[in-house]
Amino acid sequence: MAASVGRRQWIQRVGFASLLLAAVLTVIPIVLVVGIILFRGAPAINLEFLTAMPSDGMKSGGIMPAIVGTFLLAIGTAIVAVPFGIGAAIYLSEYATENRWTQAIRVAIINLAGIPSIVYGLFGLGLFVLFLQFGTSIIAGALTLAIMTLPVIISTSEEAIRSVPQSFRVVSVSLGGTHWQTVRRIVLPQAVPGILTGVILGLERAVGETAVILFTAAAFFLPSLPSSPFDSTMALPYHLFVISTQVPGMPIQIQYGTAAVLLIFVLGMNLLATIVRSRARARRQW
Amino acid sequence: MSSPKISVRDVSLKYSDGKESLRHINLEVAHNSVTVLFGPAGGGKSSLLRTINRLNDLTDVEHLSGEIWMDGEDILDAELDLIKLRRKVGMVFARPVVLPMSIGQNLTYGLELAGEKNKDTLDRVVESSLQAAALWDEVADRLDEPAIKLSGGQQQRLCIARVLALEPEVIMLDEPTSGLDPISTGKVEGTLQMLKNRYTILLVPHSIQQAARTADHAAFILDGELVEFSPGKEIFTRPRDQRTEDYIEGRFG
Amino acid sequence: MMRRLASAEFAVSSLIKATGYSAILFIVLIFIFLLREGAPAVLEIPIRDLLGSRWYPIEGYFGLLPLIGGTVLVTIGATLVAVPLGLSTAIYIAEVAPRWLREVLKPVVEVLAGLPSVMLGFLGIIALAPYIRRALDIPTGLSAFTGAILLGAMAIPTVVSVAEDALDAVPRTYREAAKALGATEWQIIWRVTLPAARSGVLTAIMLGIGRVIGETMAVMMVTGNAPVIPNGLTALFRPTRTMTATIAAEMGEVATGSVHYHALFLIGIVLFMISLIINLTGARFVFRQRTRAERILS
Repeated sequence: MAASVGRRQWIQRVGFASLLLAAVLTVIPIVLVVGIILFRGAPAINLEFLTAMPSDGMKSGGIMPAIVGTFLLAIGTAIVAVPFGIGAAIYLSEYATENRWTQAIRVAIINLAGIPSIVYGLFGLGLFVLFLQFGTSIIAGALTLAIMTLPVIISTSEEAIRSVPQSFRVVSVSLGGTHWQTVRRIVLPQAVPGILTGVILGLERAVGETAVILFTAAAFFLPSLPSSPFDSTMALPYHLFVISTQVPGMPIQIQYGTAAVLLIFVLGMNLLATIVRSRARARRQW
Repeated sequence: MSSPKISVRDVSLKYSDGKESLRHINLEVAHNSVTVLFGPAGGGKSSLLRTINRLNDLTDVEHLSGEIWMDGEDILDAELDLIKLRRKVGMVFARPVVLPMSIGQNLTYGLELAGEKNKDTLDRVVESSLQAAALWDEVADRLDEPAIKLSGGQQQRLCIARVLALEPEVIMLDEPTSGLDPISTGKVEGTLQMLKNRYTILLVPHSIQQAARTADHAAFILDGELVEFSPGKEIFTRPRDQRTEDYIEGRFG
Repeated sequence: MMRRLASAEFAVSSLIKATGYSAILFIVLIFIFLLREGAPAVLEIPIRDLLGSRWYPIEGYFGLLPLIGGTVLVTIGATLVAVPLGLSTAIYIAEVAPRWLREVLKPVVEVLAGLPSVMLGFLGIIALAPYIRRALDIPTGLSAFTGAILLGAMAIPTVVSVAEDALDAVPRTYREAAKALGATEWQIIWRVTLPAARSGVLTAIMLGIGRVIGETMAVMMVTGNAPVIPNGLTALFRPTRTMTATIAAEMGEVATGSVHYHALFLIGIVLFMISLIINLTGARFVFRQRTRAERILS
């Protein structure tokens, strides 16, 4: 026997309220985290902090080499991950037929996406640092980060490519275009915003990664900036880790400041991706 | 009839999903005329068009037999230069599909695919094909605007111009006015009448009235079979086959 | 000209094909190199010891149970945080929230997804752990409990996004039919939409658990440093060590090629296998999601 209407309404109201409560419980900490770090970290951030080398055993001065190192790792990651990622996405959406091998590729991608970052660190250590003898270096770290970033780039790029209407391809072929001409002249240009969003989001993750660079690229106390890809480097996430857990007497200001710089990096990239996405939607010609 | 432009000989086609197949089609398309393919939906008219420009190669075709002769070559031959074929035989689709570019770029796209880089040539072709499609006056001053901004009828005429830019010999149109209002439809039909002097035209009309208005020759296609093929003046007034008459009279379809 | 075009076309498509298959190559490489450095551990350490209850490498104890226990403890705790909050948020976003609120909540959850683990670990040490210590009056805030809260929060975006996709995929007609029969929105959610999205929601939970298991930095920073088998409920409030944290904490001081080194890689292999299992099971639903996206976008 169905409950009376009044009782059902009441259940619904309570139910919706608890869902809202959960959502709020989820959202408030996020706002708090961002707020606390920015609020407490901002005072430490000034031009010197961002551009000077650290001094006094990292306890004062700036974190410039960590910032530079993070940039270098990001660039290195992008150089490798972007061509492989876009290429794989083009293959899966434009060229591959649905057979066992294609399924295997997709399974491989899903698994690459799920591997814990520390395991990537071990892999990078085993292959790039030791076996290929690159040592603890930017190149070892970037290559490992690149493989870790591949799944994100591939899946967002594939979605972007697939969302380009099939009718464009048919028209291009009917005008005498080859498959690659169609991909190069119509499909890819239209998919660029989606691909770009994926690349930015992938790099956002790579930039914040510590476990991967722990044994492959990162160093704490380097007297100078890296001069070749085979040098190790400082990096923001690793720097934050060390100064918050392993340096006694580290001024709390610097810890918060470093965290804030990292956060601004990450949020900035997030914002960039959002902007790219919404501008693309507005200018779409179909 | 003097030597036909296209000679379809015993063509049979079957898709993997079994839909819209063709059975032993024999048909001759005359030069510089409008040949109409009409009949109920799903009968195979579009399939026949897509076989002629080998667009079917992109889909799941289970079986294809027969020959289609044009200019001394069998179009269905595996070794055929498909790119040359598709430039010679242009196609206009039911829904106007403008490429996501400017009006001018839509028109030069086909030529750029072919490697044409000369700016003067491209400009000249843009103007002449827009003139031929009776669209020049309306867009001459806004060639750089996105083509998506044009109205439906203008977009369709742009698609016709886009095909003309490649200087084809045959133009195939698959229900080109199905989404258009009567005025745009009239303009497109008028353009076709102008074009037939220089091109061979294959048209799938979207109504019998359109077929009757435009056809020099007409073929009635039903369930993959070519039932009747006669001059336009005859088939709509004195059809020879009972099925043709039933369809024209509206007794089915 | 035709032949040149054709051979250029072939070169390009071969290159593209190679990048496509590279994904398989990378997974194989990862497996090979983990095996290369980790397999010796199985030869060097008797299985009986590996299943022992002491992890104290300096004295030659390589029992994995405390580490596995730590991972299990923190994972269960984190799941208890992430699943209710994550699912509720997902349901709220997908079914209840007005459009403008949706557009606010979704990006905020996405921000959480992007927050670096080390940053959250930092806040955990500086703010969360002391707070918990004071609030619950326990000896230390660095415990499985703190780890569970932190990791649970980090897994929420995963749960939310996959679950939300699953709920969105339920055809509108289901809900409309239920409405026509007089059901309230609430009843529709629980009796129609959620059951229909069941497999997607389960996948969301699984992927969330996978995320928790694989987390390293945050958990290392806030769970203390005690590889001890969890014993009883109070273990939740004492320090512990997960598999991931062990690798991160000890690899730096280990001699390459030593038994300890191989043992750490062995832990890596175990983690790899766990993630493989979770992902292969979840893969089925992700495939179905893919075709849905195609249908919508085409």
